[in-house]
Amino acid sequence: MSEKELGKKWDRCLADAAVKLGTGLGLGIVFSVIFFKRHTWPISLGSGAGLGMAYANCQNDLRSHYMLRKNEKVSICF
Amino acid sequence: MLRACVRGAKTTARCNYGQTYFNNLHQRHYTTGGTSAGLKVVTAGLISVGGVFGGTVLYAKWDPKFRSTVEKNVPYADWLLGTALGPPVDPLPIKKKMERSQPPSMMEKTLKEPKPVATKKEKDVIEKPSVSPASAAQTIEEASAEATHIISAMSEVQSVPAPHDTEAAVLKKMPEQCDECEAATLAPDTALAPEALKERPMEEVAARLAEQDQAEKDVLESLSANLDESLSNSAKATLTAIGAQEAALQAISKHTQKLKEAMEAEVPSEEKSVQWKDLEAALINRGTAVDDAHAALLNAREALEGLKAVIDKSKGLMVLAARPLVLAAEENLHKMVVDLDKMVTKVQAAESEAKVVSQYSELVNEAKLQFQREVTSLTPEIQANWKSLTGKLTQDDLNALIAHAHRRIDQLNRELAEQRVREQIHMEAALDQQRLEHQKALEMAVDSALQHMREDARLEQERKLAELREVMEAEMRTQLRRQAAAHTDHVQDVLKVQEQELRSEAQQVLSSKLLEQETLYRQLTQEQLDNFTLDMNSAYARLKGMEEAIDSHVVAEEEAQRAHRLWLAVEGLSHAMGTAQGESTTTPLESAAQVVRESCLNNEFALALAAALPKESLERGIYSEASLRSRFHSLCPVARRVALIDESHNSLYQYFLSYLQAVLLFEAPRQAPPAQIRAQDLDPFKLLAYASYCLEHGDLELAAKLVNQLRGEARRVVDDWLREVRLTLETRQVVSLLSAYANAVGLGTSQAS
Repeated sequence: MSEKELGKKWDRCLADAAVKLGTGLGLGIVFSVIFFKRHTWPISLGSGAGLGMAYANCQNDLRSHYMLRKNEKVSICF
Repeated sequence: MLRACVRGAKTTARCNYGQTYFNNLHQRHYTTGGTSAGLKVVTAGLISVGGVFGGTVLYAKWDPKFRSTVEKNVPYADWLLGTALGPPVDPLPIKKKMERSQPPSMMEKTLKEPKPVATKKEKDVIEKPSVSPASAAQTIEEASAEATHIISAMSEVQSVPAPHDTEAAVLKKMPEQCDECEAATLAPDTALAPEALKERPMEEVAARLAEQDQAEKDVLESLSANLDESLSNSAKATLTAIGAQEAALQAISKHTQKLKEAMEAEVPSEEKSVQWKDLEAALINRGTAVDDAHAALLNAREALEGLKAVIDKSKGLMVLAARPLVLAAEENLHKMVVDLDKMVTKVQAAESEAKVVSQYSELVNEAKLQFQREVTSLTPEIQANWKSLTGKLTQDDLNALIAHAHRRIDQLNRELAEQRVREQIHMEAALDQQRLEHQKALEMAVDSALQHMREDARLEQERKLAELREVMEAEMRTQLRRQAAAHTDHVQDVLKVQEQELRSEAQQVLSSKLLEQETLYRQLTQEQLDNFTLDMNSAYARLKGMEEAIDSHVVAEEEAQRAHRLWLAVEGLSHAMGTAQGESTTTPLESAAQVVRESCLNNEFALALAAALPKESLERGIYSEASLRSRFHSLCPVARRVALIDESHNSLYQYFLSYLQAVLLFEAPRQAPPAQIRAQDLDPFKLLAYASYCLEHGDLELAAKLVNQLRGEARRVVDDWLREVRLTLETRQVVSLLSAYANAVGLGTSQAS
């Protein structure tokens, strides 16, 4: 079911994004609370980093089919 | 002339140009000088060139070698010389002509000679067969002459024509040789003898030969008779002449003897008178004898002349057999002539002697008469016969007589002295006379001797010729005999060879005929056999055909049954394919396929088709069209959402854009696909619209094709669906083929049955 792949990918993406965001946020909060005197910048940093990672992961996942791997051989058909 | 022109120009210049003529003159002088000099040079050059040309042309006309060298070395000289003099006369053909003219002249000579001969021969052929031997001999002579001419022409040596032979034994070969000669002459000179000389037939030739022989014999006989006659005549005449001459000689000698006796002997008067009477008688005798001899001589000469004429005539006839006769006759003639001449000379000698003696006697008589006259003049009384007067004379008479005698003696002495004086002259005169007479006699003798010698030589020559001819004849006969022998041998050999050839030919013909007959017989028998076997075969074939027909019917029945079974199976398969049971979207077709396979065990085509069913459809089954349709409907929005994503555009942002596009783009969900689609205006939305339209109308194939055109992520999304559709289509195709085949088979078998 190739049509379901996309949905699956999106699910993974969102899940991953949620996780990463949450983790980033949490870590940010933790760091801001613990180390950075309740500045907001670690929180935004953490959440941003989390979001960024999630974005990158999502993008990579969605691109994964088109990326040529080291040991793969892709036939180019016109 | 040039100067005249120049002067004229000057004058015209003076006339026309007036004052300025000086200048003009000067100018003109310079110019004219210059031009005159130039013109001179030009004219000189032209003249020399013309002279050179003319000289070469003339010399070339005179000397062809020079002409050829000029033509070789100077490029267009041959054209020039050709136009001027005409084509070059080649010296070589003249030589050739000369060389060629020489042998043809000889050939012509030799050809010309046979030509009149050939014409003569034509005349002979045209003549009737009763031809005289002269002409036959002539033809033979001509033939031999021709032969020699031919030989001479071939060897280019002028040879003396061989002497013509007319031997009776050879004559039989002669016609053949003649014909050969004719043929030989005809071969090179067919132009000369245009009328065909036909070969005389054998009988005619034999008849002619016999006639010729007969004629020859007749001639010979007549000739010999003539010769004998004339010979005998002339012999007789000669003998008579010789006898007469002898008699004359005798008479003359007797007469002279008598005269001498009468002159010199001093005998008594009675005996003297007797002597004188005898003398007279002898004289008369002599006269008659001489006349007789003369007449006989004339007769003999006439006879000899006649004989000579006959001999000449016989020689003219030219018959060889008469030759010895002729020769003998000639010899006889010669002998007779010689004898006659001898006798004549003898008689002449005797006559001359007799003349001398008679002259002497005359002189003596004259002297006597004179003396007697003197005596009678002195003594008239004395009678004539003074010898008997010795007793009757007187003294005066005696004295007178003695005086007369003395006077006479004186006179005679004087005469004697004179005579002695004139002796020499007389002697000389007499000698001269004698010499003259001797000369004449010598000449006559020499002439006659010469003639005799000539005759002798000629006769000798003829005799030798006759001998030689005999020898040659004998040789010729031997050679001809040899040739005949060789000919017979050759003919024998040829006959043997011919016999062998004919025998082998006959054998061949016989064997071929036998072979033919055999083959014919064999053919007939073979034909009979073939017919019989044909009949048998046809009967057998018919039987076989009937059996086969029955078998085929049985087979056909079986086939029909099988076809029916196949059809049923295929129907089952298609039904199974068409229906989806319960919740499972697919039904495995394995069982149905198995049934189909069973029902077409002996049918390769059906087996192949059955084997061609894709494995997945057998195991898993295929989706029905409806399910596929519904699936597509769920696919469509997904594909629309990822329309912009492909290899290069696949970031999240692109995804966002694609999603935005899908939301914002409003297109008809279904559109009918046009008949022709260009690649440019194929974007995913359109494709999906066309595909959904096709699906709605049941055209799965076209929908699949259209969907196949998607690229990028949309293609990835619809990949599975496409695979399913392909499977379905494949299976459906196979099943349709099978059903068509089953139908066809069933139709066919049902038709047959």
